[in-house]
Amino acid sequence: MTGLVANVVFEPGFFANGPVQVALLAGGVVAVTSGVVGVFTVVRGQSFAGHAFSDMDTTGGSGAFLLGIGTLWGFLAVAVAAATAMELLGVERRRGRDVATGVVLGAALGLAALFLYWDTAVASTSGATTTVLFGSLFTIDGSTVPAILAFSVAVLAVAAVLYRPLLFTSVSADTARARGVPVRMVGAAFLVMMALAVALSAITVGAVLSTALLIGPAATALRLTKRPGTAMLAAASIGLLGVWSGILVAYDSSAWPGHHGWPVSFSVVAVIFVLYLAAELQSWARAGRAQAGHGRAATRSR
Amino acid sequence: MFSGFMINTWIVGSIAAVVAGVVGFFVVVRGSAFVAHALPQSAFTGAAAAYLIGINTLFGMGAFALASAFGIAWLGRRGRHDVVTALTLVMLLGLGEFFLSYSVEYAQAIYSLLFGEVLGVSTNEIVPTALIGAVAIVAVAVMYRPLMLSSVLSEIGEARGVRSFRMELAFLVIVALATTAAVPVVGALLMFSLMIGPPAASRCFTDNPFVAITLSVALALITVWVAIAVAYERNWPVGFLVGTIGAALYIIGRVWQAWGRSRVSHRITHQPAPA
Amino acid sequence: MSPESALPDVVTLDRIGVWLSGRQILHDVNFSVRPGEFAGLIGSNGAGKTTILRVILGLLQPTDGQVLINGTPRPRRNRSIGYVPQKVLIDPDLPLRARDVVGLGLDGHRFGLPTPSASRRQRVNEMLEAVGAMSFADSRVGSLSGGEQQRVLIAQALIGQPELLLLDEPLANLDIASEHEIVDLLRRISTEHHVAVLLSAHDMNPLLPVMDWVVYVAAGRAASGTVDEVVRSEVLGGLYGHPITVLRVEGRILVVAGSDAEIITSAPATLERT
Repeated sequence: MTGLVANVVFEPGFFANGPVQVALLAGGVVAVTSGVVGVFTVVRGQSFAGHAFSDMDTTGGSGAFLLGIGTLWGFLAVAVAAATAMELLGVERRRGRDVATGVVLGAALGLAALFLYWDTAVASTSGATTTVLFGSLFTIDGSTVPAILAFSVAVLAVAAVLYRPLLFTSVSADTARARGVPVRMVGAAFLVMMALAVALSAITVGAVLSTALLIGPAATALRLTKRPGTAMLAAASIGLLGVWSGILVAYDSSAWPGHHGWPVSFSVVAVIFVLYLAAELQSWARAGRAQAGHGRAATRSR
Repeated sequence: MFSGFMINTWIVGSIAAVVAGVVGFFVVVRGSAFVAHALPQSAFTGAAAAYLIGINTLFGMGAFALASAFGIAWLGRRGRHDVVTALTLVMLLGLGEFFLSYSVEYAQAIYSLLFGEVLGVSTNEIVPTALIGAVAIVAVAVMYRPLMLSSVLSEIGEARGVRSFRMELAFLVIVALATTAAVPVVGALLMFSLMIGPPAASRCFTDNPFVAITLSVALALITVWVAIAVAYERNWPVGFLVGTIGAALYIIGRVWQAWGRSRVSHRITHQPAPA
Repeated sequence: MSPESALPDVVTLDRIGVWLSGRQILHDVNFSVRPGEFAGLIGSNGAGKTTILRVILGLLQPTDGQVLINGTPRPRRNRSIGYVPQKVLIDPDLPLRARDVVGLGLDGHRFGLPTPSASRRQRVNEMLEAVGAMSFADSRVGSLSGGEQQRVLIAQALIGQPELLLLDEPLANLDIASEHEIVDLLRRISTEHHVAVLLSAHDMNPLLPVMDWVVYVAAGRAASGTVDEVVRSEVLGGLYGHPITVLRVEGRILVVAGSDAEIITSAPATLERT
């Protein structure tokens, strides 16, 4: 009986498949890293920066193609460069920061356009566009796995060290500054951390969709709990679930009649988005019940 | 570069610039850079879906951009705005990938949708683009006062009956319209550069809102014209030039502003003390 | 009595109660502000002043009771109240001059573009004069100081010819000189433009010279009347629910927790000096 269920859920050969194993390992590690960093990103309201990094990875990836080096290094180079640029532009106010981010992002994307054009025209690497933009867990070069693991562990280690100052500065920058916390440095370190996390997930689901891994599980987790530590565990778990189910769905789908197989990046993002919506609906329903319970509770408050 | 098919590009490019300059003014006032980035990218998905079904891409873009506008406005009521935008955006991009994976034109289609294509404008796209662009501009004119009130003094507006949610929704729809008008030439990813760079730069040169809008349009036109000309000559993607010029204008504007401010404070500190 | 007593009260709160997140923020609040009256909404932070203001403005629906504007229940679009919020974060990059903000106060709620008519410009100038903001009328509003921005916001609220000016903590974060300036300005506006004023503050002393009426808020309850009627140990003690002593020291009022006996035994030196 269990054998039958297992065969329905897991298409035969799933666990023995080489690329699948790499995907599960790399994807899993990256999911955990992104989940943890993502919680900070959401709490600090820096989702746009997170997305900007992922789009800018397009620039890095296409540049890497041009130079003939692995896309991971292109992503990492952009991560550091972009984080530095954004920190230098370092506008304190939220609105100004977003506009500045937008301008940098626009320029970076423009550069990406150029690189991709050269990639296809000059270097004639077909499919450069799609690989860089959308990536694929199944085509990760086995030799980059140790690097992915190493960087992920490094990011998690930094997160552990910066845990308290990051939370402190996120809640109240002024108080933290008064207490002697180097707010600017912590902010800059976080930008680099975020950029690295995004670069790592860009390797797995592609530049354009890596925001999903960063923000989705974290946002879902924060709907379920308000405590940061718990949220990070939840986000990591949800990310893991998303990536592994996405891999499974993509693998299985090639065996479905009529289909040509779902892109794995899409599958991962779809699972994550569905989980987010579920958490949203559940929290919405819970708020509705609480209001009803108070009878004539004050309704329209701005 | 002014012959035959290129005329279309100049016309549509200019329309896109004017619309971006006007709508971008409010994008920057409201600090909605992220939304301005997200809506064009969702238009990309719409175009991909349209390719798949085989209908006019403009229609697909418009439908998806509008749907995203409503989705972001509605979800953003409760959730954090930036998170909602990010997730909606990424989900739509994923869908776009999904749709495109079914079509054969995959790589080139993505490229031109995202980054713009100088030669890609057909004559029958001009009229709908002009119409949509005109609607967007008229909408901004009609919504100007309450939108400004709601953007700058939101509580006062609420107290006077100008509901923030309605203004947000109207604004997002306007951005969706502007996006649909402009994506064919400039491309999804770089449309938002036009809606941010020139307007953000224009604010550095004047305090008067109407002068700012006019300047924003002028700078956007210059950006697009230079971009098309250079793209034609050097065969570079239009999007690359728009992004770079937009960034350059912003930097010039900021430098000008900083220089102006330092001159003022210099004058103040060097005033003779009152007798 | 003045002829204004024949007119309906500008705003009336009738048995207002507000529940939020399971807590009762306001409990049976009743008071009125008469036309042309200068009223102070006094209480410490967290007492419920801001909630009261939001209820009056319609930003918050009360759980119990109703708000009457000029005798009738609060309409959806209210033009009779000019609102000056406490903190308006105006982006320094915003290309809007002070006169543009005042113009928004006039017709910002209507659709379309502002009409560049001479009469509109004149009205805006009049308001800027009235609050002493002409010297920075064409400056970018985001670059003005806090006090200057406040004047612009007052002009913005006044230009709509409201019957009531509502200000949320206008004196917070001001030095003593600026406090006096703003209080004098508001009193002058109230008299010259025949508009009632209701402003919230946590310290009533700067307002003593100009206040006609005080609404004292403590622990979600309110008592209203003249200063002499309301600011008494028994009345405030009733609001707070524990002993309160009101001290008058050199023309200033101090509200102190504790009964007379406790204060005398704990700080005899201070009392003797007064």
